[in-house]
Amino acid sequence: MLVFLARRIGVMLVTALCLTFVVFYLTNIPAKLETLAKTQAGSRISDSEVASWLERNGYNQPMLWRYGEWLGVAPGWTRARDDGTMRGRCYTLTGLAEPGAAPTRCGLAQGYWGNSTRFRAPVSEVIRARLGATGWLMLWVLIVMVPMALVVGVLAGMREGSRTDRALSTFAIASTATPEYVSGVVFIALFASSTVGLSPLLVSWGWIDGPVLFQGNARSALERITFWNFALPVMTVALYGMGYIARITRASMTEVMTQQYIRTARLKGVSFANIVLRHALRNALIAPFTVIMLQIPWLLNGVVIVEVLFSYPGFGWTLFEAAANNDIELLLAASVVAVLVVLITQLISDIGYVYLNPRIRVT
Amino acid sequence: MDSLSWLDLLGRLFIQLLPVWVALVAVFAFSIIYKRRLGLYGRLFESTVGMIGFALVMFWVFTALFATLIITHDPLAQFSGMRNAAPGSPVRDPAGGYAYFLLGGDALARDVFSRMVMGAREVLRIAPFAAMISFMIGISLGLPAGYIGGKLDTGLTFIANLVLAFPVILLFFLLVAPEIQNTAIPRVMAGILFLMPVLFFTVLLNARFFTQPMKRNFYVGAVLMIGLWAYSGLAFNADPLGVWGMSPNLLNVFVAVVFVNAPTVFRIVRGITLDIKTRDYVAAAQTRGEGPWYIMLWEILPNARGPLIVDFCLRIGYTTILLGTLGFFGLGVAPESPDWGSTINQGRRLLTVYPHAALAPAVALMSLVLGLNLLADGLREESLKD
Repeated sequence: MLVFLARRIGVMLVTALCLTFVVFYLTNIPAKLETLAKTQAGSRISDSEVASWLERNGYNQPMLWRYGEWLGVAPGWTRARDDGTMRGRCYTLTGLAEPGAAPTRCGLAQGYWGNSTRFRAPVSEVIRARLGATGWLMLWVLIVMVPMALVVGVLAGMREGSRTDRALSTFAIASTATPEYVSGVVFIALFASSTVGLSPLLVSWGWIDGPVLFQGNARSALERITFWNFALPVMTVALYGMGYIARITRASMTEVMTQQYIRTARLKGVSFANIVLRHALRNALIAPFTVIMLQIPWLLNGVVIVEVLFSYPGFGWTLFEAAANNDIELLLAASVVAVLVVLITQLISDIGYVYLNPRIRVT
Repeated sequence: MDSLSWLDLLGRLFIQLLPVWVALVAVFAFSIIYKRRLGLYGRLFESTVGMIGFALVMFWVFTALFATLIITHDPLAQFSGMRNAAPGSPVRDPAGGYAYFLLGGDALARDVFSRMVMGAREVLRIAPFAAMISFMIGISLGLPAGYIGGKLDTGLTFIANLVLAFPVILLFFLLVAPEIQNTAIPRVMAGILFLMPVLFFTVLLNARFFTQPMKRNFYVGAVLMIGLWAYSGLAFNADPLGVWGMSPNLLNVFVAVVFVNAPTVFRIVRGITLDIKTRDYVAAAQTRGEGPWYIMLWEILPNARGPLIVDFCLRIGYTTILLGTLGFFGLGVAPESPDWGSTINQGRRLLTVYPHAALAPAVALMSLVLGLNLLADGLREESLKD
């Protein structure tokens, strides 16, 4: 088990290095650096001024070397000013100017994530705050999505081919066919519009006090999460992710229900509810567990869409803003977080699969 | 003139889509009469779910085909006084054209219905094609990875996992940007990705006909000629005759979508190959002394077609969703493009007041993807029966 873990973690680290390099390369191509120079030093500067700005700020070194700087394995660039103070990557990041005051290396390894040009704040602060906001969204999505998906899957799979099975399977297919930007739009039109959908009807019947049933803007959820402002974003993400888990659960449940030991239990006269709950469920939930873990990175997609659609300033929204505003350091940091989330959930899902399924033995 | 009532509106929509209904009825009548002779396609008409899915998909295919007949107005033209008009509003100054905006007007006073119909054409021009290229790449790499195994398998699987570990949305933000379009990256990627189908067909036909040099030379020559001609046009925009070509925008989107899809197909094909290569007919072919490519492409691949066809339908749907995502973030689309994703994006600003401009493409996209998923489900059910 330990060897297996060590090998998995080794592969994971190599993958993380490769992916961060790709991200670093794509965010630091010359055209993007030129855009950065223009946003930082004025949009009307000439090409030679762009080149000198890039040179002065340490962007002219080879890509691999700068990647090393950013990681914190290569020493950051330094340059002596005329007045004897120093400029350099580490001097800018620490805010020091005396020669020798700043550390030689300052990158991810040392905890320096850089500064965001879009939010004018250290990247680590921005990311921490936004991740917290998204954490709440994810938590509620999982609380809504997982039980719903498992219930739908188990109910559909316990009697294969029945009418319940057909109805629930079609529902699961429909939910996987509805991406977040579609369901979000439909939900807003139905529940959060003061002119169409359900809200005007409910207002005219006097059932609700406010103008709309749910809020189409989740910004207020930053201060306080209420059912009123959080229901629509959570439902939007949960709906799309749910269908897939439900289908896997159904497939796994139908397989378990044809096993010999289930038939034995039936012949012994165990009630159907008991069979499903005590005999079938445990084995049927192995496959969905791994899928749920692997679904978390997929949720990131939905999280970005939903946070942009409902203007909820979380991690996904930050990623979008960073990409739209060419905020290189922030985009890099957000990518690192996203890649780590993907890799760690994969690892947990692998370990969990081995742990839950005694038929698999890792040597 | 008054606005149309809902009943009137539905009637007019029905009449406007008449070419689609005629084509749909013709296809269904033909298929149901001859379903015994049509193989897997014919058996699709045994399952209700499959038929519903097929009907939905064909509805949009025919809509895209007959789009120029169906649209009521120019999808890019703006009409005075029609900004955010409600569905069924009369056009203030029709000037001989169609007198109503059937599904209303958007924020720039364009006809939502015509844009939705033209959007079907945009989507169906890219999605199936992108899914096809992804499949050829996945097959050409997945078969040897599964069949030969060893270092090749380890390397290819590592690369596939690398791409799969990339969050899709992040890849889109990084890869589909105006700055990237001006670099060589999309061209290089297209150069590698689009070469795969040409290689695939060359190897496919060569493995089959290399014992008959005349036939082989003819087939391979034809494939290479057409393939390389299309390749030069699509990947490098250097087609001497100018038949094949892609705008940098489109190429970038295309490459990104193929890049995201291909590793998943690779994994599926590799898995199936690992399963099939232990069968007796593969052992028989090996004993006969067939070459590895013949076994892979003419023994294993045909026997893997069931799950692959099912996944192909799902993948077109998923590609549609991805294209919509790109449009939703305004990535890689022409500014006035009527594709569904960007129409939803433009419509979302006034969503709570005038939802119709975003709802029409949203429902359209959902119904197409739903149709593809139901079709895949029906095909799976029918292909499992034998």
